[in-house]
Amino acid sequence: MTATAEKTEEVGAVESFTVTLKILRHDPDGLDGREPGAEYWEEFQVEAHATDRVLDALHAIKWEQDGTLAFRRSCAHGVCGSDAMRINARNRLACKTLLKDLNPARPITVEPIKGLPVEKDLIVDMEPFFASYRDIMPFLMPSGPTPERERLQSPEDRERFDDTTKCILCAACTTSCPVFWTDGQYFGPQAIVGAHRFIFDSRDDGEWDRLEILNDQAGVWKCRTAFNCTEACPRGIEVTKAISEVKRALTSGEV
Amino acid sequence: MWMWVVHRATGVAIFFFLLVHVLDTSLVRVSPEAYNEVIGAYKTPIYGLIEAGLVAAIVLHAFNGLRIIAVDRWTWALRRQRMLVWIVWGIFAVLMAGFLPRHLMHVFGGA
Repeated sequence: MTATAEKTEEVGAVESFTVTLKILRHDPDGLDGREPGAEYWEEFQVEAHATDRVLDALHAIKWEQDGTLAFRRSCAHGVCGSDAMRINARNRLACKTLLKDLNPARPITVEPIKGLPVEKDLIVDMEPFFASYRDIMPFLMPSGPTPERERLQSPEDRERFDDTTKCILCAACTTSCPVFWTDGQYFGPQAIVGAHRFIFDSRDDGEWDRLEILNDQAGVWKCRTAFNCTEACPRGIEVTKAISEVKRALTSGEV
Repeated sequence: MWMWVVHRATGVAIFFFLLVHVLDTSLVRVSPEAYNEVIGAYKTPIYGLIEAGLVAAIVLHAFNGLRIIAVDRWTWALRRQRMLVWIVWGIFAVLMAGFLPRHLMHVFGGA
């Protein structure tokens, strides 16, 4: 039994290689003689397989080389949205990015997502991001009496906001936006995606409350269609299209 | 994002051109001689090259502006914005290929 298992392992062996991860670290406490709040690059060598993701490499570093490395992750399967980071200068989920797709021959740079205050290493303060999401009231606001059974909706009506229901609040879009980098007041792509999900929902009646909020100076009109958000979204949401639809609802007055 | 940067940079450059342009044109009210002197300086080769840059900035800003309008207006264009970027650069290359030889002949040919 054991012999058979060993044999299959050799036959189906996954290609393995050494990768270098260059991580932008942030030390809030100033350990090892550093200034508190010091930022520095640190390189780690990791033995990895072709099936390994950036998250696996980060685990290998934290568990086997340097336990002080701090990063967020929860489900590790691209659903919870905890491990968005800037990998090779692009926002991605560490758990959805295979090392072999990133040219492992060169060092892979890993930085915290930009535009939010860094707390430690790859962990940022997500509160400004969540505050914008709360501002657009991401909950059903129906009018009239509560029905005795489900609120029905036609497949066509459901289709209108289908794309924006995929959002996992990982902040990859908002922190890839050049407008958000320079103006933290901007709601950011994610809050607009969150609003879009309810604005175009036929069961919801709070669309004009949300549109009024997004018509603000720091709202949708800050979008300069740079398309960074659409390219960053790990869920493949057409973020710029959603923002564009909100803009059109505001200019035409029709939802 | 790079087209956004190009649009910003060319926009600021064109703004400064307009500022200078308003100033030099209003000089004619101050003194026609001073106006002639300043305008005469624009005939030197260095200003010829700056002029070429100005035309390049305006062509890029104009056609990328049309691209942004299309992207704002139609979902079809929004989904093909990358292709439209290459079309903008294509139009830019064609127009500059027509303009630059003629312009540089004027600047350096002495005619």
